[in-house]
Amino acid sequence: MTQAASAHPARSSALQRWMQGIPLRASILFLCFLWTLPTAGLLISSFRERSAIISSGWWTVFAHPFELTQWTLENYRSVLTSDGMGRAFLNSLLVSIPATVIPITIAAFAAYALAWMQFPGRQWIFAGIVALMVVPLQMSLIPMLRIYTQLGLNGTFLGIWLAHTGFGLPLAIYLLHSSIAGLPREIIESAAVDGAGHFSTFSRLVVPLSLPAIASFAIFQFLWTWNDLLVALVFLGTRPDVAVVTTRLSELVGSRGQDWHILTAGAFITMVIPLLVFFSMQRYFVRGLLAGSVKG
Amino acid sequence: MQGASTAEESSLLNSQPARILRPILGLIAIFTAFGWSTGFMRDPSAPAWQLLLVALAIGVLGVWMLFFLANDLVSRFPRVWAERIRPYIFVGPALLLLFAYLILPTLQTLYFSFLDARSQRWVGWQNYQFAFTDRTMLIAFRNNLLWLLLVTGISVSLGLVIAVLVDRVRWEPLAKSLIFLPMAISFVGAGVIWRFVYAFQPPGRPQIGLLNAIWVSLGGNPIGWLQTQPLNTFALILIMIWLQTGFCMVILSAAVKAVPHELLEAARIDGANEIEIFFQVILPYVSKTVMTVATTVVILVLKVFDIVYVMTSGQFGTEVIANRMYSEMFRFRHFGRGSALAVILLIAVIPVMIANLRSWRRAQ
Repeated sequence: MTQAASAHPARSSALQRWMQGIPLRASILFLCFLWTLPTAGLLISSFRERSAIISSGWWTVFAHPFELTQWTLENYRSVLTSDGMGRAFLNSLLVSIPATVIPITIAAFAAYALAWMQFPGRQWIFAGIVALMVVPLQMSLIPMLRIYTQLGLNGTFLGIWLAHTGFGLPLAIYLLHSSIAGLPREIIESAAVDGAGHFSTFSRLVVPLSLPAIASFAIFQFLWTWNDLLVALVFLGTRPDVAVVTTRLSELVGSRGQDWHILTAGAFITMVIPLLVFFSMQRYFVRGLLAGSVKG
Repeated sequence: MQGASTAEESSLLNSQPARILRPILGLIAIFTAFGWSTGFMRDPSAPAWQLLLVALAIGVLGVWMLFFLANDLVSRFPRVWAERIRPYIFVGPALLLLFAYLILPTLQTLYFSFLDARSQRWVGWQNYQFAFTDRTMLIAFRNNLLWLLLVTGISVSLGLVIAVLVDRVRWEPLAKSLIFLPMAISFVGAGVIWRFVYAFQPPGRPQIGLLNAIWVSLGGNPIGWLQTQPLNTFALILIMIWLQTGFCMVILSAAVKAVPHELLEAARIDGANEIEIFFQVILPYVSKTVMTVATTVVILVLKVFDIVYVMTSGQFGTEVIANRMYSEMFRFRHFGRGSALAVILLIAVIPVMIANLRSWRRAQ
């Protein structure tokens, strides 16, 4: 790196460079340590017995980490069954999977039309979608809540699927549009020359070619709906048979705020799926998040 | 695909009236299925796997069939008309949902914001007057401003510094993963993680919260981080910084890597030290990305709700606008004030909306 080092023999300059890098490496290491510490504390505590958690800090386990009697799965068993986190986990899946798949299907058709069909109003519709992307969803809550109450959609899965679909559509159309519009014109036109109509061009050509964009959005939308609290609180509520993991966990914080053995295990259950997605599909995850960062 | 079986089908099925009738009957069947399934899917007591199956069948296959049949029907029309109508079949369902869930409610919220608590009587600007003069609201505005300044300022600059630093070590991907990881966690989950960090036990008892344990071992008295004003607002802000720095780092890292190598080498030959290089070469080069990232964080922080709701529910002087909006809606049942607060959030993002529209038009 430095010019002065080149005067020295090769070996000592390599060592010197390594030594110079120590503060840099130490500071990065320190930051990583700092960033991981809170989560690590939660994870470790979730496997400790109730009495141990409240009588000593979680970091004390490092004094004797192999003393196996201090570890327990009891917290998980109890939070999954008697505290309803198991049912909430199922409910979260039940909310998130359709709330990811339905908007993708609807958005893909719309994105194709906006990209490859000529019709009056096309530009206006797209401008509207760009504008709607940043509208805070708070703007929809009160009117939708009233309409849902009238229609009996409050506290139903159908209601929240549709809500997540509506709120997710602007971003979904925008993202899929930028990918679909970027496909080479020759491919689309040659399909038309071969006699394929718009529908078969779309389903046989455009959808397979846009799979990476679809995957990125799917991951973003899935995590967004899984981690969402506000929409679930407003449209689904906290009844045990419909509560999702986020609403259930926030209820537990309210009712059992000092029962750390329950809270730590419960919190970790809400994090398992996002962390799995994060580690297994990091590339799509990052791409989806970056693309989704414009959402309102 | 279109094998012998289709060709062998009786000519009756392919006669002109049948070809129009088929999609119509299909559409009727689809809508009947929609109608039946909405009844079924509204029932939360149905077994979870059945609900999921029906939802996926209707939501994917049903929607797909709807498009297919409507498209099929339109294809029977005279060609000119078919091509004129077809685009609206493709965008129609999306437009319908956007209208129902975003456009119409936005207009209604605007209207409600001038009505009273139960949306019955016109009250003029009263709700806005409340929002800008009430003492608790002023605290909420002050806190939102603090959140905006601190979260945006610190997570963007820290993210940039980390991006520049990790660029120089070989284990960069691992380091970035660890700092980016909190992005995967929900705000509620992050809330519990940090409630544990901030946990408080009376003096004399062993501190189980990391922060108080460090503080006490340094000789201090244990602090209720979430109850003590104005410390608690900063404690909440720290959570958001922890969550967002990774996001800033990842985006800025891509920008930092795009800084031309020759530029850095030239500066080094000119004798600039690393800090000068950071401020005079790297920072100007990535300034546009910094602005984009900052805007994104601003939009997110403006609507911060979950963290405050879970940690303090806005008590002890930690209120923010979005949490107050939720309380007005559910706890106080004052739809007028709730709507006015939503409108204030909307007005705050309008500059971003205009900027997005401009850059989109330029890209056209």
